[in-house]
Formats: sequence, C-alpha cells, structure tokens
Amino acid sequence: MTDEPSGFPYAPAPESTAIVNISSSYGIFIDGAFVEPADAPRFKTINPATEEVLSEVCQAGAPEVAAAVAAARRAHDEVWSAMSGAERGKYVYRLARLLQERARELAVLESMDNGKPIRESRDVDLPLAAAHFFYHAGWADKLDHAGLGRDPRSLGVAAQIIPWNFPLLMLAWKVAPALATGNTVVLKPAETTPLTALAFAELCQQADLPPGVVNIVTGDGRTGQLLAECEGVDKVAFTGSTEVGKQIQRSLAGTRRRLTLELGGKAANIIFDDAPLDEAVEGIVNGIYFNQGHVCCAGSRLLVQESIVEDLLVRLRRRLQTLRVGDPLDKNTDVGAINSAAQLERIVALAESGDAEGAQRWSAPCTLPDRGFWFPPTIFTSVSTAHRIAREEIFGPVLSVLTFRTPDEAVEKANNTPYGLSAGIWTEKGSRILWMASRLRAGVVWANTFNQFDPASPFGGYGESGFGREGGRAGLAAYLQEASS
Amino acid sequence: MEEGNKRRLAVRKTFKLYIGGAFPRSESGRTYQVLDAHGGFIANVAKASRKDARDAVLSARTGHRSWSAATAYNRGQVLYRVAEMMEGRRAQFAAEVARAEGCGTTDAERITDTAIDRWVWYAGWADKLAQVIGTANPVAGPFFNFSVPEPTGVVVLVAPDDSSLLGLVSTIAPAIVSGNACVAIASQTRPIPAVTLAEVLATSDLPAGVVNILTGDPAEMMPSLAAHGDVNALDLAGIGDVELAARLERDAAGTVKRVRRPQPDANWYRTPSLAAMSDLLEIKTVWHPQGI
Repeated sequence: MTDEPSGFPYAPAPESTAIVNISSSYGIFIDGAFVEPADAPRFKTINPATEEVLSEVCQAGAPEVAAAVAAARRAHDEVWSAMSGAERGKYVYRLARLLQERARELAVLESMDNGKPIRESRDVDLPLAAAHFFYHAGWADKLDHAGLGRDPRSLGVAAQIIPWNFPLLMLAWKVAPALATGNTVVLKPAETTPLTALAFAELCQQADLPPGVVNIVTGDGRTGQLLAECEGVDKVAFTGSTEVGKQIQRSLAGTRRRLTLELGGKAANIIFDDAPLDEAVEGIVNGIYFNQGHVCCAGSRLLVQESIVEDLLVRLRRRLQTLRVGDPLDKNTDVGAINSAAQLERIVALAESGDAEGAQRWSAPCTLPDRGFWFPPTIFTSVSTAHRIAREEIFGPVLSVLTFRTPDEAVEKANNTPYGLSAGIWTEKGSRILWMASRLRAGVVWANTFNQFDPASPFGGYGESGFGREGGRAGLAAYLQEASS
Repeated sequence: MEEGNKRRLAVRKTFKLYIGGAFPRSESGRTYQVLDAHGGFIANVAKASRKDARDAVLSARTGHRSWSAATAYNRGQVLYRVAEMMEGRRAQFAAEVARAEGCGTTDAERITDTAIDRWVWYAGWADKLAQVIGTANPVAGPFFNFSVPEPTGVVVLVAPDDSSLLGLVSTIAPAIVSGNACVAIASQTRPIPAVTLAEVLATSDLPAGVVNILTGDPAEMMPSLAAHGDVNALDLAGIGDVELAARLERDAAGTVKRVRRPQPDANWYRTPSLAAMSDLLEIKTVWHPQGI
C-alpha cells in the first residue's frame, strides 16, 4: 500500500482462517444428504486473492438436476406444503439463528471464495442473510395478509440460480421467501463461489430441515440451464446478467413455469449543486467501490451538476487515495479481489474501450498484490452518453462521470438506458428529491444515501433489469398464487 | 345499423381504427369482412397493418406521459366517465354484442351491464392501488423507506376473441387504471363492440393515446409488437394459438418485457383479481436517511 495521505501506516490485521474447515471436495446436496455423482465432472474453486485452490465441486448434469427436482417435488407435496405455516416458520427461524451462530466462519469462507473484504462479508453479507431468514420466517403463518387473498398457495418447486457477487446473501434472498411461502427449492450457486451454499446445506442438516426442502446443485451455466428448463420445476428465480436472463425468459416461453428476474443495471448517481459534498463523496464511493463494484445496482454512472464537478472530483480523488486495496481477509481492507480472471478480463476490456473512445482515466494510486485478480478504483471523466463505459454494465470498480445542467436533463440522462434497477439523488432540497424520485425509471431510489438493503424493503428493477421484487410484502408475490386461481 | 323503417335508408358507419385519439383508416387501405354469428354480413372493418401498430405504440407512449402524470383521483374520474358514456349507449352495445356473439338479448344485456360496472369497479381502484400494494418498510436503520406502485408504461394487449366487449373492457381497464397506456387488438372475428367502445373512450376525457384500438389480425401485428423496443408489457389474453403465444413470449424476452400469458378459460364475469393490475405495475422503493 503506498501513497497514504494520512501518513500513518496500517499494521496488517488479518482475520484468521482457522475457523473455516473446507473439504477437499464436495458432492451435491439432494434430499437432505450430500451425494457423490458417479460420473459427474469436477472443477476447482479458487481464492481469487491468491489463486490457491480451495476445493473441488461437481458439475451437476441432467441426472443430478432431475434427482434434485424430484426430491424437491416429493418434499413439497408430502411434507412442506402440508405443514402448518407456524411450523414452517420455526424451521426458517432456526436457519436464521444458525446463520448468526456461524456468522464469523461463514464470513471468512465467503471472503476466501469470493474475494470480498472481510469487513463487508462480516458487516453486510452475513447480518443481512440472517435478517432475510428472520424476516421471512415471520411471514410463514401470516400469508393471508400477503395481499393475495385468503389462503394463497405455494407454487411448488422453485429453481433458483444465483450470482457470485453476494453468494450467501443472494441465497438468503432466494431461499428464505421460497421456504416461508411453502415452496421447496433447488438452488444453483455460481460456479466461482459455491462454498458458502454448500456450507448452508450443512446448516439445513443442523436445523433438521425435512429432506428435499432445500437441494443444492453446483455447476456452471449449463447446470443452470438444465435446472431452468427442467419439466418438474414450477418457478424459476434468477439473479445474474441480463444476457442470461433473456435466455431463461426465452426458454420458459410457452411453459407454465413462472419467472422472476433480477438482472443487470447501470445506475445513475445524481449529485446536485446543493448536495452535502462530503457525504455525497462517501455515497459515491459506497455506490461504486463497495464489493469491488460487483453490484448490479452499483452507482456506475455519476451525474454531476456542471457547476460543482471540479470541486467534487477533487474531493473524490482525494478520498479514493485513502481506499485500501488488497488482502480481503485484512480487516482494514476496503476493496478486495476481482472475483475471477474472466471478470477481470471484462473489466479491463471495457476500461480500454473508455480510453479508446476518448474518456480520461484516473486510477487511485495503489500497489496491487502480485497474485490474484485486481483492479484499482478508477474514475473516467470526459465521458459521453454514447460511450460503452456509460452504457454497458462493467461490474467492477470503474466510475463514469457525466455532467448535467438542469433537473430535466439529469432525469433524461439517468433514464437513457435499457436498465432500470437503481438510482441515487443527492440534494438538500426535499421537494426536488420527491420530484426526481417519481421520474426516475428505477426500482430502488436512494436519496442522500446509496446501496442500502433490508429484507423488509422490496428490491428489483424496471425494463431490462428484470421483473419481480425481492424483499418486503411485494416479494412474497413471486412465490405465491391466489387460492382461487 | 340496419334499416329502421321502410321509407328511410339507414346511414351506415365506416368502422375505423382508434389511434392517438383519432379515427384513421388503416394506412394500408385494407379492410376485412366481419360476419355475425349466423354468417350474415355486418361490415367491412379496417384491417390494421404493422405500420398502424407501430403508430399506435408511438401514440401510447405520448398518452402514457400525460396519463401517468395525472392524479389518481383524476384517472378514477375518467374511468367512471367511461362507464357513464357506456351507459348512454347501453342499448347499442347490447345489440352489437348480441349480433356479434350470437347470444340472446338477456345475455347481451348482462354482458353489457357487467362491462359498464367493471369500469366503475376499476375507477374506484385508481386511488387505492398505492394504499393496497404500496408499503412503508420498517428497515433496520435510521431511514424513511417506502414502496409505491408505478405503471410499467406501454402495454400491448390482445383482447379475448370470444368475449368481444366484456373481455375487452376487462383487459383494457386494469392496464390503464394505474397510468399505463395501451394498444389493444380487438377480437378479430367480433370487433364491432370494440369500435363502439373506442367512440365511448374518445368522449370520456381520456387523453389521446392512452387507449388505442386496432382491428385486424393479431397474428400479423403481434410479432413486431412483441419485439418492439418501446413496449413494456404484453397481455396475451386472447391469443388462442399456443405456438404463437410461445413465439411472442420468446420475442418479448429480447427486451425483458412483462408478459401476461393467454387466458383461454377465463371467466370474465368474475370479479377480477388484483393480479390483473399488479402484473402491469412496477414497485419503486425509495430510501432517505432520518436525521437532524
């Protein structure tokens, strides 16, 4: 780490990995037990900060997926949907408590497999994952109040495909509402981050969850496709790229399977001239450099009112110089490792398109580790709305800065995207916040804050950011049908 | 429509499209014959082209801007006004439904009355949706956090082919009550009540473009509408061909549209479910810190 503006060096503060016990290989979790498919290929999952192999997992194929869906079907029809909501809820509460009890271990495991700073896995991912189970557990016996009429019914077997950016938290967003509403699940974690999902399988065993209620199959996109297209599935919930989301929507056309999609984004974070600038700078940093920018709702397009852009950029660059990039397990680290070589390649390529199209690149001065996948916090200025870095999701620590003069122009530029997941507004004027919030085509609007999440607060996008919501009462609709229908 | 007495020849109507508040013929100049339930000739009706459909989307986008900016109270009053206007033409609607659907007078009147009452039912929803679907969210932190429904934008809907009036009203009203604008493709074989409904809508203070009604062949128009980049959602209620429905759903995935699947067995008499409206809504969540 170089160029510490404060001048005070930080001593290393590594979190111990002794608490984590990783098996050298994992099977898949079907019907309450880990099974070793006889002839399924295996692949390695690595620590992206060191490139060390952590474990080997299965590439589940059609027979494994079919077995998982059949187990989920049996569990749904014979046990889970027949159980009273109150009893079901108690199982979900157990899972919440188990996540809390083993939070430290799971946080370390998450940072090892994903590359995110321990500060974030410890303070954000794990507490929120437990909170999602706790929140939804309480719904299980109150579904008459979900707004879907009396006695709404579960859909059946939910196929859930989740991304690598918040592995355990995305699991919680998917599994908790599904279980609380009486569905059973087959979950496929991302191929680069399967370990916390497999650890969650152990939690299901510790909770004595009836076999088949939660099944976990590992693999890459091929496994996901097999799962989404499996006949026995009643509902598909996918979080990931817009490209894959479109493929899944196509593959479900003409079937009776229901679908919710939480896809990409290119959020505008809009700074007005009356905004509290130091707070806005913190919000910008949290918006785009949180989790290495591997966040679908990241504030990747900064829209700054023209009169303050110079002042703001000076403050922003100064702040970026204090970000500590490096070992995810160091408790002082702000920005960890890029999740995979493939993702790093995408980030590098898009950043190079920014250079080629005439934008000005500035990266925070920092020494990147020799091994692993890293990208420094980066800002592009002189960006036009036509540039690829202003249109395409980079999913990395890269901010594109654009300017505007009037609120109308800010709205027009912010909405000038096929996406519509989130947006940020920074101004001291309340009426302007509400005026802006009603005009932005985005599912989540953060005013004078950014990247806040809560299980009680619905999350999801407009347009090509998907459909359906997760969290809150609105999120229950994704897993229930009206009794009369 | 037909000769009222022996001395006077009736003035027949030209059946046209309804786009952007106006009643144009199809730009293609095409028409098709509409027959009654017994095979008798009723009229030559405009056969909308893909170009007409694109024009209708453009009008709907314009209509959506003003309509979604209107207050919920105002939208509720306009929908109620539609019911008032329909009531004034109750006899005409009943006669057209009877002839189109081949049902008796009693059934046709029941269909018409239910369709009128459905507008009243939806009118009342305009300023209650946000209270029933929206939420104040008790998040674990010092934030004011709420979620509100918003219209998804432009909805293309294919009205049921059998239920020429009640089915049409039951697909248009839930789409527009929240502030969406729509392009409605009327029953292909029974389009006459839809054209009369367009005349009602044109005199109900509904801003131009909020509802556009096309007559013609859904199979011809829908593929380009399903892939249209400025359409936000599809309601395939009246698509009977399962292959076509699957193809439209696939095409809709190119822009991640919301899709309501076909409803071949829908009972349009039944009080609709909330999903008829909520499937065409977005939920927007807004966060703001609390502090001094």
